[in-house]
Amino acid sequence: MNRSLLLLLQILVALVVVALWHLASATTLFGNPKTIAFFFANPLGVAERIWTWFSSGSIWYHLGITLTEAALAFLIGSFGGVVFGFWFARKPLVAAVFDPYVKAANALPRVVLAPIFALWFGLGIWSKVALGVTLVFFIVFFNVYQGVKEVSQPVLNNGRMLGMNERQLLRHIYLPSALSWVFSSLHTSVGFAVVGAVVGEYLGSAAGLGYLIHQAEGVFDVVGVFAGMFVLMGFVLVVDGLVTLVERKLLAWRAS
Amino acid sequence: MPKNDVAAVRLNGVAISFDLADRRRYDAVAPTDLAVGENEFVAIVGPTGCGKSTLLNATAGLLRPASGTVDIFGVPLSGINRQAGYLFQQDALMPWKTVIDNVAIGLEIAGTARTEALKTARHWLERVGLGAFCDRYPQMLSGGQRKRVGLAQVLIRDPRLLLMDEPFGPLDAQTRQIMGDLLLKLWSEDRKAVMFVTHDLDEAIALSDRVVIMSAGPRSHIIGDFPVTLERPRNVAEIRHDPDFIRLHRDIWDALRDQVMKAYDNTAGAAA
Ligand SMILES: Nc1ncnc2c1ncn2[C@@H]1O[C@H](COP(=O)(O)OP(=O)(O)OP(=O)(O)O)[C@@H](O)[C@H]1O
Ligand SMILES: [Mg+2]
Repeated sequence: MNRSLLLLLQILVALVVVALWHLASATTLFGNPKTIAFFFANPLGVAERIWTWFSSGSIWYHLGITLTEAALAFLIGSFGGVVFGFWFARKPLVAAVFDPYVKAANALPRVVLAPIFALWFGLGIWSKVALGVTLVFFIVFFNVYQGVKEVSQPVLNNGRMLGMNERQLLRHIYLPSALSWVFSSLHTSVGFAVVGAVVGEYLGSAAGLGYLIHQAEGVFDVVGVFAGMFVLMGFVLVVDGLVTLVERKLLAWRAS
Repeated sequence: MPKNDVAAVRLNGVAISFDLADRRRYDAVAPTDLAVGENEFVAIVGPTGCGKSTLLNATAGLLRPASGTVDIFGVPLSGINRQAGYLFQQDALMPWKTVIDNVAIGLEIAGTARTEALKTARHWLERVGLGAFCDRYPQMLSGGQRKRVGLAQVLIRDPRLLLMDEPFGPLDAQTRQIMGDLLLKLWSEDRKAVMFVTHDLDEAIALSDRVVIMSAGPRSHIIGDFPVTLERPRNVAEIRHDPDFIRLHRDIWDALRDQVMKAYDNTAGAAA
């Protein structure tokens, strides 16, 4: 399918949804517009709010906070995931001993951790980073573990026959193999880093997109809630686009 | 002066077993003696599953024999065989490295400067006819092209012993002949010792100085050892019509046929 045609259709979907939304909240076509606007806000109001945020520049601060939290969560979680994934994959005994604990920790819903992290790390960015880390860590951990375990045996033997020592095997074979698994889960882990940051902010903070949405909800400012959600969606789309660019560079060797 | 009586490879009663599930053992190869001379090209032929790859792996030091010893140029082997270059039966290129990086890596890890290693790698890729493919990734090559990269990857290190496990296995008949001629051309320059595994008897005779036949497993062993005295240089496609080739082929096939049938019956029986 043609790329520009695809983009056109994608924009068309947004236009249709916004048009229906506008009709519902401004005309009597679908019922009382006042009631509908109370529950769903109205697109013009939301657009106006978003415009005010950006033109006054107040939103950049919150976006910056959320981005910082997500980026830190991603970096720390990935680093921890790579290190522990490697360690577990290379030491079967460690993996066997900790297996039930890893599973139990991963099964824990992260929302219940948020208040504890707030207690430990305060209401600043670090409690949000911690929440994101618990999400990102496990995704990267499992992927690295898998990547190291499933290194192709012939490739490994070939490395040995070419004269690689353990360190060189790690650098030229284990690490690239594991990283290719990490990269292929990049969308998921970056997405979860953002989720961790926003949920953390939502549950208690003084800045960020999650805080913005929570504030608006507190005073039944539906327009503010929707405006916050749209900014969040745009933010996620941009981040995801960047990930796609990075991915295309890093995984060039995978034939399409 | 190199002593010519020192064999490149000497297997002394090498036997190989595998541990299977539920504590059973599978004796793949019975105690086997085999010597490969310093400039000798030995082909190993046998029915599928008889233990050809296993024997190469033991010679490469990737697999420890259950009993017996392996001597490489007169020195008992322990650990990886540093004298050997191994072209594997399966795809073994590093998919995340470009073709030229795959070839250069053997030099780089030995301490050669990167620019120097890349220059030599380009030279080797040109020799195997892939000069224009340096910057591709292995996934973007055909099966035959990948095998040629593998050949360059192994030869760039200039090993004294070449282990080749059905290197042209998945290729079509014409490409196999072209690859065979390429291999002979490269080999004739310095005549390394070669252990060449194949299931194609024509190929074995056309390339080698000696054809060794293995019996069907389990407890596979060598059941025939035929010198090939055809003149070199050879043309892989044309030599098939040589009367000596045809005679040799008939002799070897007589020894091999029973084993192929037996291997087939064995696996068919096991599956039933
Ligand atoms: N890791 C292993 N564990 C158990 N059995 C094995 C293992 N590797 C090989 N075998 C068995 O040993 C026998 C010899 O295997 P090998 O791969 O050497 O055969 P081959 O002669 O190379 O066959 P082919 O021509 O099909 O490549 C086979 O019966 C195989 O099932
Ligand atoms: Mg084999």
